[in-house]
Amino acid sequence: MDFAVFWIAAGVAGAAAINLIFQSKPINSVLSLVVVLFALAVLYLQLSAEFIAALQIIIYAGAIMVLFLFVVMLLNLNQDQFGSNRKPGLRSFGVLIGGTLIIEISLIARAFVSSSPTDGQVVAAEFGSVAQVGRLLFGEYLLPFELTSILLLIAVAGALVLAGKREEAQPPEERS
Amino acid sequence: MIPLSHYLLVSAVLFGLGTVGVLISRNLITILMSVELMLNAANLALISFARWHADPGAHVFVFIIFVVAAAEAAVGLSLVIAIFRRKNTVDVDELNILKG
Amino acid sequence: MNAVLYWTSTIAKSAYILVFPLTLAFFLAWAERKQSAVMQDRIGANRAKFLGRPFLGLVHMVCDAVKMFVKEDFVPDSGHRVLHTLAPFLAMFFALITFAVIPFGYQLTIAGETIGLQVADLNVGILFIFAMASLGVYGMVLAGWSSNNNYALLGGIRASAQMISYEICIGMTIIGAILALGTLSMQDLVIRQGYHYFGWLPRWGVLLQPLGFLLFFIAGIAETKRVPFDMPEGESEIIGFNLEYSSMKFAMFLFTDFIETVLIAAVTVTLFFGGWQIPWLFESGFVWPWGGGWEIHPNVVNILRMAAFAAKVTFFCWLMMAIRWTLPRFRYDQLMDLGWKWLLPLSLANIVVTALVVLLVN
Repeated sequence: MDFAVFWIAAGVAGAAAINLIFQSKPINSVLSLVVVLFALAVLYLQLSAEFIAALQIIIYAGAIMVLFLFVVMLLNLNQDQFGSNRKPGLRSFGVLIGGTLIIEISLIARAFVSSSPTDGQVVAAEFGSVAQVGRLLFGEYLLPFELTSILLLIAVAGALVLAGKREEAQPPEERS
Repeated sequence: MIPLSHYLLVSAVLFGLGTVGVLISRNLITILMSVELMLNAANLALISFARWHADPGAHVFVFIIFVVAAAEAAVGLSLVIAIFRRKNTVDVDELNILKG
Repeated sequence: MNAVLYWTSTIAKSAYILVFPLTLAFFLAWAERKQSAVMQDRIGANRAKFLGRPFLGLVHMVCDAVKMFVKEDFVPDSGHRVLHTLAPFLAMFFALITFAVIPFGYQLTIAGETIGLQVADLNVGILFIFAMASLGVYGMVLAGWSSNNNYALLGGIRASAQMISYEICIGMTIIGAILALGTLSMQDLVIRQGYHYFGWLPRWGVLLQPLGFLLFFIAGIAETKRVPFDMPEGESEIIGFNLEYSSMKFAMFLFTDFIETVLIAAVTVTLFFGGWQIPWLFESGFVWPWGGGWEIHPNVVNILRMAAFAAKVTFFCWLMMAIRWTLPRFRYDQLMDLGWKWLLPLSLANIVVTALVVLLVN
């Protein structure tokens, strides 16, 4: 049962990720990434990380991907203007590099894991619960947590500056 | 209980696919999404190691990665919008004004 | 618990929580016609007749359903056909799946086994609701996008902007409620509202979080995308994301709004109005605050509680319907102002005050 769920989720994630990078319409890529996120949330649940699984759906699928969708719609990238991927040379180079990377990381992972027992530790029922992660977040890791708020503030300011409408940002010849 | 190596394999495959996406895609938005895919692969590795060591500290790191991903998406997408306003395209092969 | 009882009870619970919002949504669609007629001093919905009687306009609903089913199902040629079909299903799915974590009663004892009256007692139940609510926007956005029509696209963009803005407020007010009650599990939230102050005043969430309730209710109405927040649809003039839909797919979007109304009512009741709790009713029967009481069999008590939950949800659906026919629509900038300049700061203040009180009391 565990293995069935794992292989289904992993297969869906892999297939959707492949679909993501080879789609020519951006909207299909966005939806593929949403599918990947859901499949990963299933894996997180299997790894008894409930809080992170819930956050994955709320933050990633519910907010970040809606933002992507919003931008795709705003720019109206419906036309098949990305019919082909990059030039053939660059493309095969990319696949080559990526493939090498996949094999390399898998080999490292195998080498690392084969030196340790195959069964994970038994964890308490409250492992990964909101209470436990919350206590860590507001205790041991308080400083990084507070710093993330500054990061978000900077991101908000940056997004406003970059995407906000400003008359003086127009090139002078267009202002006339 | 599924061995750790299985999760790490999925994580590696997703990370590799993200890399391929960044390298071969012409669309700026797809490139950004491939970066998100790589972040997610890293998250999966962190979560599986957290379960492995029975140490929920990694969950906090994943939480912080979520925040970083949100910030990255916000700033990255506003850059995309700004570029689109100027050049009317998000094709990275067209963005070559720095080429001598 | 034996397997037969487990599976029958699970299937029965799932069926109940699926049929309950759908039935209520059907009657809301009827109330939409009849209540508006009453409020506007019209006769209303009396033309369709069965055996010569209009049955309070209920015959109209049957006729509407038949009409929706036999209409031509139009799919725009230049649109995205798959997404165009998928969008209404997504919208409805995310609205219905949320009911899985709503406790519609406490527990029943059958053949010595206790059955909790909730489909899935997740210990992150409230986060699940929030997650599914934030996914509901996909249905609207994809509908607007896949129609390949600029009006529909604008409607979709309006829908996503509105829903994202008000989701934040919903999340913030939920934080206030869970701070006050101290749990994330939906069933526990209700159980903790079962106490009484001074022996007679039920400790419902609305007493602890009056401002939170108001903010949640306003933002919740905005989430259902109905008047006064119906810019995404704007059926009477500006037209919305469901422009290119006809037949049952259109009806599904229409129905999703009613299901979301039921959902917001159910979450409001669970968080702020004691869920299935009835004041002074305990597991063994009523205990009156002025002394004495009635002994009632526990199973009867729990059936009463299920009825109480249904009645409370119906009341809030009625309230939202009354608001819908009372207020005119907001302008779009007023909508954004309300969401970002009023509801959000107020809900943040609500969190700070609640956290301070919780800190001082404990």
